Amino acid sequence: MVNESHTRRSFYINAINVLASLMAAALAIPAAAYLLIRPKGSEDNGLSEVADLSQLTIGKPQEVIYVRKRVDGWHKVTEKASTWLVRTDEHSVTAFNPACTHLACPYHWDGPANHFICPCHGSAFSIDGKVIAGPAPRPLDRYVAKVEGGKILIGFQVDQG
Amino acid sequence: MLKPVLKWIDDRTGLISAIDYFFEEEIPASAGWHQVFGSVAMFAFLLQVVTGILMALNYAPTPGEAWESLRYVVTQVTAGSTIRALHHWGASAMIIVVVVHMAQTFLWGAYKKPREATWILGVLLLLLTLAFGLSGYLLAWDNRAYWATVVTTKITALAPGGSILLRVLGTDGNSIGRVTFARFYAAHVTLLPLIMGLLILCHVLLVRRHGVTPAPGDEHKPKKKFFPEQVFRDTIAIFLWCVGLACMVAFVKVPLGHVADPTDTGFIPRPEWYFLFLFQMLKLFQGPLEFFGAIVLPGLAMAALVLMPFIDRGRLVRIRQRTAAITLTALAAIGWTALTATAVATTPRQIEDESLDEPQAWQLIPASQLAGIGAFRAGHCASCHVLGRSLAGPDLLKAVSVKPSDWLMDHFRKPTPDAPESDLPTAQLRALVQLVTKRDDNATEAWRTAPAGPVQGAILYQANQCSTCHTLNGEGGKLGPELNGVRARHDRAWVVGHFSDPEKFSPGSQMPAFDFLSESDIATLTDYVMSIPR
Repeated sequence: MVNESHTRRSFYINAINVLASLMAAALAIPAAAYLLIRPKGSEDNGLSEVADLSQLTIGKPQEVIYVRKRVDGWHKVTEKASTWLVRTDEHSVTAFNPACTHLACPYHWDGPANHFICPCHGSAFSIDGKVIAGPAPRPLDRYVAKVEGGKILIGFQVDQG
Repeated sequence: MLKPVLKWIDDRTGLISAIDYFFEEEIPASAGWHQVFGSVAMFAFLLQVVTGILMALNYAPTPGEAWESLRYVVTQVTAGSTIRALHHWGASAMIIVVVVHMAQTFLWGAYKKPREATWILGVLLLLLTLAFGLSGYLLAWDNRAYWATVVTTKITALAPGGSILLRVLGTDGNSIGRVTFARFYAAHVTLLPLIMGLLILCHVLLVRRHGVTPAPGDEHKPKKKFFPEQVFRDTIAIFLWCVGLACMVAFVKVPLGHVADPTDTGFIPRPEWYFLFLFQMLKLFQGPLEFFGAIVLPGLAMAALVLMPFIDRGRLVRIRQRTAAITLTALAAIGWTALTATAVATTPRQIEDESLDEPQAWQLIPASQLAGIGAFRAGHCASCHVLGRSLAGPDLLKAVSVKPSDWLMDHFRKPTPDAPESDLPTAQLRALVQLVTKRDDNATEAWRTAPAGPVQGAILYQANQCSTCHTLNGEGGKLGPELNGVRARHDRAWVVGHFSDPEKFSPGSQMPAFDFLSESDIATLTDYVMSIPR
């Protein structure tokens, strides 16, 4: 008799635990997917036209403000953005993300010293983006850049280092 | 390892003992399956809280953008449509279980002394649950949400002090805008959950204070413990409720209609299913009786519910002897079912415009320009005018043409002195003039991307001069109805049949019959006009 009521009790407790775990998992899995997986459509940002190649001089970085279209959550926005362009030869150009790789302060080209300098913590980068001084952990980030019909087009995604 | 930690927590906070105390509650010998619904209702509320928070993480609570963000949730976010369906169907399933909980309490007479306050709190919780449903309904900001809320505020205006209530809801009673939306949102996510949580706490504490209602005769039998047998029953009930909800989530699509449009006269407003009986009842009370049907009768019903413990003051008896309560419950159920069924049966079928995709460029431009794109392609213009590049001919995407239309027509007929004469009909060449002289960004985009089917449809539309009477994407006459969004007003068979015999489908129509068109031409034309969004 005691044994039977003991068995019943443990059956109840096991059933409660199993069903509760099942329900928790059934909710937790979609909730985790909902929060953690990147939504569709957030990557299809196209190329933006930033400048004419003829406006740039080889070896002289130039900051360009341009307009780009971007998917921002449920909105498509048109916004201003900037990039440092360095013309490397007759046909190609490098486009740097204008944020220091240390803590994302906006850096500038120091003409006389011939390098990029960050005003926050003194990181310095050579014209090809390599770190030459300061706490920056990696070279300047780049945008995918290509030249088509004399126009410079750059991508949205940042290519690290 | 875990034990000393738990012991420390219990020693300092008493948390573990409190949970034990809760589970060790003594319940009467007759307690059983009929008393599981309260736990299910509480679980339903907690699930709504969790899914509601998840929804809020991807939601912009302003008119217009609300709909955009919801579309983003159901089309872009992984498991977004699942979470929304859980919240949507969870609300319906919660209302069902709350009503069943109330019916059980009523049938068993569990509201009697000393449990009057528990019952009254329960009635308030039912009203709060309905208020959640009503306020949440607007937040999707689709046509369904908008119109249901317009009607609700109109009914509110009938109540005594209605104008003050309307001010609380942020509307003058004529339209619904940002302020009302903000009020509904704030009620739905801050005020109502707070009050609901507090009242549920009080409700549960009162249940604990007076104990689970015994049946007559229980006083002679030994009491049972809440854990584990009754907890097991509650868990099974919650699990079955979840299975039902999961089936709804898996198999029934949650509607997200067209974004709210106050000018959409084709929409048939209907409330959510659990309010349909009220909607139907309003039809029975017309003219001066409306106030009675919309305000007095529901008010009396609510008053009767609240006062039930004081109306029925008899001693607790077995459920089989409660014939009056059983009859009343059965009558209420029959009345509700009859009203709801009538409402469903008399609702005309709504043709849902279900496309949530962003319209393509070709769906947004006048038919003449789309037909012009067809002429451009059929006339091999691209052998000289390559889109996006200046080769033999100038790049037509670069600038809108400023050439006079006579020049353009001559050029289209014979582009160069040694080119052959174009064999395209004049109507198509005119369409091409429209395209090169009037195009906007959408037309430029469509020029590259428009699929062949709709282009053929637009050519037929242009050739048969549909635009003489009908407006489509802002171009055309006003003699016939506008064709944007015609897919929301009629189904395909209607449109196809209408071409050959307009009188038959819309009596009094002045439209000539287009019975000379081939079946495939009518199909192409129908596809085209039905693809143009509102």
